[in-house]
Amino acid sequence: MPSLAGLFFWMNVKTEDINKIIVKKPLKLDCGKTINNFPLAYETYGKLNANKDNAILVFHALTGDQFVTGTNPITNKEGWWITAVGPGKAIDTDKYFVICANVIGGCMGSLGPKDTNPENNQPYGLDFPVITIKDMVKAQESLLEHLGIKKLLCATGGSMGGMQLLQFCATFPDKAFSAVPIACSSSHSAQNIALNELARQAIMADPVWDNGKYVSKNVQPKNGLAVARMVGHISYLSEKGMQEKFGRKLQEKADYEFSFNADFQVESYLRHQGYAFVERFDANSILYITRAMDYFDLSRQYKGGLVEAFKNQNTKFLVISFSSDWLYTTKENKDIVIALNASGADVSYSEIITDKGHDSFLLNEPEFLKTLKGFIDSMYEKFKNEKRI
Amino acid sequence: MKKEFKVIAGLLPNNTRVLDVGCGDGSLMSFLREEKNIEVRGLELNQENVQQCISKGLPVIQGNAETELHQFPDQSFDYVVLSQTLQAFYNPEEVLKNLLRIGKAVIVSIPNFGYWKVRMKLLFFGVMPVTKTLPNTWYNTPNLHMCTIKDLFKFCDEKNINIKQVVGVNEDKTSLIKKSNLEIKNLFSKLGIFLIG
Repeated sequence: MPSLAGLFFWMNVKTEDINKIIVKKPLKLDCGKTINNFPLAYETYGKLNANKDNAILVFHALTGDQFVTGTNPITNKEGWWITAVGPGKAIDTDKYFVICANVIGGCMGSLGPKDTNPENNQPYGLDFPVITIKDMVKAQESLLEHLGIKKLLCATGGSMGGMQLLQFCATFPDKAFSAVPIACSSSHSAQNIALNELARQAIMADPVWDNGKYVSKNVQPKNGLAVARMVGHISYLSEKGMQEKFGRKLQEKADYEFSFNADFQVESYLRHQGYAFVERFDANSILYITRAMDYFDLSRQYKGGLVEAFKNQNTKFLVISFSSDWLYTTKENKDIVIALNASGADVSYSEIITDKGHDSFLLNEPEFLKTLKGFIDSMYEKFKNEKRI
Repeated sequence: MKKEFKVIAGLLPNNTRVLDVGCGDGSLMSFLREEKNIEVRGLELNQENVQQCISKGLPVIQGNAETELHQFPDQSFDYVVLSQTLQAFYNPEEVLKNLLRIGKAVIVSIPNFGYWKVRMKLLFFGVMPVTKTLPNTWYNTPNLHMCTIKDLFKFCDEKNINIKQVVGVNEDKTSLIKKSNLEIKNLFSKLGIFLIG
């Protein structure tokens, strides 16, 4: 595949309905290694207008992909952010051109550990270089160049998507007119690292994982990966939300079975989520992406910390947090606001009151969606005016 | 726009940087931005108001002035505006100190408890005054620290806070308040607007 790109900087390669570019420009990774001629899968929705001032870049979260809305052609399920993105939605695809790329290290078409290592023609597995949030973001900047977009109307993302966004704004301060980081953090907390480690250990404890070499045997450490997903799902809900949704309700039975089957609805839910996930995600990708999240500490990259990271920002920010989110707390989101304020950036902040935990940004939360829509629409008016002047 | 905001806008020079604490739905901020090319920022507690500001493209931070002013750096604004909320804080002195730290100057407006109608209610009827500017009853009022224009004058004197200008407002009429006419203005102004710092 890299050889095809010989004549052009990028080429479109279509496999299994996945749009890709081949990024030819060498990308020096934070770990010291360099990748080039690598595939970056992406999807777009809506139309880029003639002025190219209606582009919105969405960064996806840990287990997300480029299929933001509509039907995901690989899983045949709804896109992961169908609540917020689509015709007439908060991010209105009748009006805006929405772009989302699969992160490198992922498994939906962008270069990841299940791809073939050109050095030995074997799947990379653990030979895949350790990547960072910054590496992911730099790769996606190449996509903007490919699409001919000099400045985005807006860039947004929740959770790890928000972390990518903060990195994007720090690394490319002139690329976004506005930015909406949602339910995220400028550095991964000890609790978040611990939860990610739990997910990784679950995968590594599965004998099928075999030091990441399962790919060449065409198998997947399903049990370990499912447990990893279950850990995630617990952290995406709130205590109150979980109690209200499941309580002690039993799963299609009148009484305890006195066994270890899924008696409780909450157990059944976790098992379902866990085992559905193994059908669409690669276990090694979870290792690599969670690692990238754990290494993320924006203040560490800049002498003088977070305030320095946001220095000289012309981007207009709206930070959003959810009151019951214990994974990326209101406090962590406010710290971003404080740093932006201290650096003199134009920043708005809203805390949405909800019981639905971290997951709220993916759900139909009317207050959240109204705020998001209000911000993006008002930014579009401003951006158009600014461009005219 | 209400008279109070017109007076406040009149005190603010063009092309400055202003923080509006308790900015409500952003009507003052909109006016300052459109008419005076002022770079505005707001702080507001109410979710619906925050949403309205955001929809108007006005930068606003959702939060409580009592606990969240610390996030704004020293002298980061030319002016900080606080409209009719000083009396609702648990610790108005601390809030005022913070405002003076953040802004090079501060505009504070207060409903005047020394207004003659307020005094009459208490003197002749023996009940806590309910007026247009003080619409709540004693048990549901957010106002914890009511004061008069004279009280705030005295406060600034005691704390060595420089008073640059004080404007009294009664319906559509405004008047400058000085030490010489303080007693009479304290009786006939519904609102006092202080430019300090």
